[in-house]
Order: sequence, then structure tokens, then C-alpha cells
Amino acid sequence: MTTSQTAMIDITGLRKSFGPLEVLKDINLQVKAGGVVALLGPSGSGKSTLLRCMNLLVVPDAGRIRVGDTTFQFGASTERPGTKPLAAFRSRTGMVFQNFNLFPHMTVLENVIEAPIHVRRLDRKTAIDLGMSQLEKVGLADRASQRPQTLSGGQKQRVAIARALAMEPSVMLFDEATSALDPELVGEVLQTMQQLAADGMTMVIVTHEIAFARDVADRVVFMRDGYVVEEGPAGEVINTPRMEATKTFLSHFHKGAI
Amino acid sequence: MYQWDFSILWDYRWIFLQGLGVTVSFTLAIIAGGLVVGLAAAIGLLSRFAVLRGVSLGFIEIFRCTPVLVQLIWCYYALPMLAGVEMTPVTASLLALSCYGGAFYAEIIRGGIVSIDAGQSEAASALGMTPALAMRRIILPQALRRMVPPLMNQSILQFKNTSLVSVLAVPDLVYQGQMAAHDSFRPLETYTAVAAAYFAILFPLTLFVRWRERRSEET
Repeated sequence: MTTSQTAMIDITGLRKSFGPLEVLKDINLQVKAGGVVALLGPSGSGKSTLLRCMNLLVVPDAGRIRVGDTTFQFGASTERPGTKPLAAFRSRTGMVFQNFNLFPHMTVLENVIEAPIHVRRLDRKTAIDLGMSQLEKVGLADRASQRPQTLSGGQKQRVAIARALAMEPSVMLFDEATSALDPELVGEVLQTMQQLAADGMTMVIVTHEIAFARDVADRVVFMRDGYVVEEGPAGEVINTPRMEATKTFLSHFHKGAI
Repeated sequence: MYQWDFSILWDYRWIFLQGLGVTVSFTLAIIAGGLVVGLAAAIGLLSRFAVLRGVSLGFIEIFRCTPVLVQLIWCYYALPMLAGVEMTPVTASLLALSCYGGAFYAEIIRGGIVSIDAGQSEAASALGMTPALAMRRIILPQALRRMVPPLMNQSILQFKNTSLVSVLAVPDLVYQGQMAAHDSFRPLETYTAVAAAYFAILFPLTLFVRWRERRSEET
């Protein structure tokens, strides 16, 4: 078990409701620095909402979130944080979306350097050097001057990863990063993510790619109905799940594997 | 049979040109003013504060649901009494027509902004942009492209609406036309020429907007 002192992400007592629907019910979770955690679970289990709470794209109703050395406390008695502290907090976490969400009115390089220039306030030259080196890392430096519309899905997602990395975040969050891709394009994105994990990036991954979770994540968190049902080392949870819900969820995967 | 004689108008060419100059510069001013008012009202409509939304909606509906001629006259005669400020006909006209145009621009701008996929502002937020920065750098540049044809249509209407300022004795094309008609006793020729001048400017613009609309549908 990681201790809260060395954890990069520390979540305590997190709750979130959308109207009458309680999506997250008392979530406690830690991710150690350099750790890779996969969030698994059926759709509607709350895993995407939990991920979006980690960079406060979704603001929780109650609980505490710490990423790095920034802590936010939520509850009926605490005021909702203002837009400036929220933005500053988000600038230190990178997020990759299912639908890429690249900016279509900018070139690939402009996509990558937009936030470094306007949020981190780097000068243009430094930002371009940084942006090109990130594009290099995902193997798309030669596409820098193209529009995102001209790229394949896999290339778009790699640009989105480079764009997030250009903020030099302490944590990367992946929200079903391969779910919108044609099957033959999934590999290149997973490979980029695997490389990132090998480089020591702290990562939280919401995914349906069970085999990838087993091979790349060091821990797996299985969620259902807004609860963490089971948590442990990736190989253990996926190969020998203890809880009935986890077994049921993974049975399709195991059938396919055998 | 009436004997048409347009040659008489040649003596008034400078008056017509002056009037046209006033009309064109008035149009440009109320398009600019209207866009500022419209953008502010549109952002108010999209605000998360209910009071701002209410104020914007109230403003828009007042200017959409009253005749623009009444607004002009009200701004010139009634507003100075209420606010206790003197207003020249030009100021009153600029104010009324900018607000009138702004009310229509606001709906167009709001529609353009909400048509941009929510993922765009999510991505901007996730990169650490404040809502204001995301609006300026990510949402508006994309929304503007979609807004151009309807904004141009509305601006064409604004060009025609400037003709109303003649009732406040602002020397625009219509007002100068009236002067020329009284002076020459040739209303038929003068007003025909005035109408032709409006048409000569607006018809090519209309064609251009239609061409732009078709082109944006294709892409």
C-alpha cells in the first residue's frame, strides 16, 4: 500500500451527485508518484466522473482532493473554488479525451503550444521548441503544420497527448483514450501511453482495454455503482479477482483470452 | 405622360454624395456598436448568473419587440428627459440603432457560441485556461466563422435602417434626397435615384452573402 505522504494523488471521502443520482459514494483513492492506475468498471460505474474530479472538470460535492502539493476541500460549508485557482490547478494535470477535442482552427503545432503560451506564459520560441519536442516524442513532428482534420484518429489522439504533455503536468489522466478509434489505430496510442508510463509519468487511465491495463498499470481499481469494489496490483485483480462483481465484469475478457 | 428628367439631379450630386457618405459611415458605426452591444448581451445570456441572464434577455426583447422608428424618437426626445443629458440627433441615432442591431446580433452570437462542441471548452479547461481565455482563444474564433453569413445579413438590414435617422434631421442619403426633392420640385427623379443608390450597394452584398452561405454549407 502507498502511504499518503508519497502519494501524488490523494482522494478522501469524495462524493458527487448529478441531481438525484449519486455517482460517487465516499471514494478513497491514492496514486503514488510514477504510478499507473487503471480504473475499470461497467459504464455508469462512475469511473469517468472520478477521473474528471481529479482535475476538477467535475467539482465534487464533498471530500478532499490533493494532487502534488495542492489540496482542495469540498463540502456544504466550504466555498466552491474560483475560476482562477481552478484553472491553475488544472494546468498541472494533463487530460486526454475520448474524442480528442483538438482545436480545429489551429495547426497541430498551434494546438500544442496554445496553452504553454497563454497559460504558462512561455515566450513563443521556447514554446515552439517544447511543442516540437513533444510532437517528436509522439512521432508526429512532421505533421506540425497540418490541420488536425487531416490526421487519422490515432494521430489525433497522439497530438492530444503531446498537447497535454506540453504543459509539463505532474499527472496525466486518460478518459477512454482509445474508445473512439478504429481497432487498427488503437495500438499506436497504447504504445505512446506505455512509453509515457515507462518514462515515469503518474497516470490514471479509464479504459476498456483490459489486457493493456494488466500489462501497463501497476494497480487496478474496479468500480461499480459509484463505489470502489476492489483495488490491488493489476495482475492480481485482473487474473484472480476476489469480488463477485469484478469476476462477472472480467468474465468476458477471460473467456476471450482462453 | 410624365416627362422623366434625371439630368436635373446632376446639380445635386455633391449633396447626394455627402448623404451617401453619412449613410455609409453611420452604417459602419452602428455595425461596430451593434457588435459590441450584441457580444455583451450574448455573453450575458450565457452567464451562470441568473440576474445577468435576465437583464440581457430583457434588453434584447425590448429592442426586438418595439419598432426601430419608435426607439429612435424615444432615444432623442424621452431619454434626455429621463437621464438629464443633452443628446444630439447623431448620438441618439447611434445609440438607438446600435442597441437595435445589438439585440439581433446577440441571438446570432449566442447561437454561434452554443453550436461549438462542449468538448472544446472542456479541453481548454483541462489545459488550465480560464473561461474568459477559452472563450477568446478557442470558442469565439470557431463560432465567428459560423456566424459570418447571418451577421452579414443582419448588417445589410442595419444599412437600410439608417434611412430612419432622417426623421431626426441627420443628413443621410434620404434626408439629402428630401432636400433635393424640395429644391428641384422633382420628387420622382430624386427618390428613384435614392432607391437606386441603396439597391446598387445592397444587391451585390446580398449576392456575396448568399455565395458565402452556400460555400460554408459545402464545407
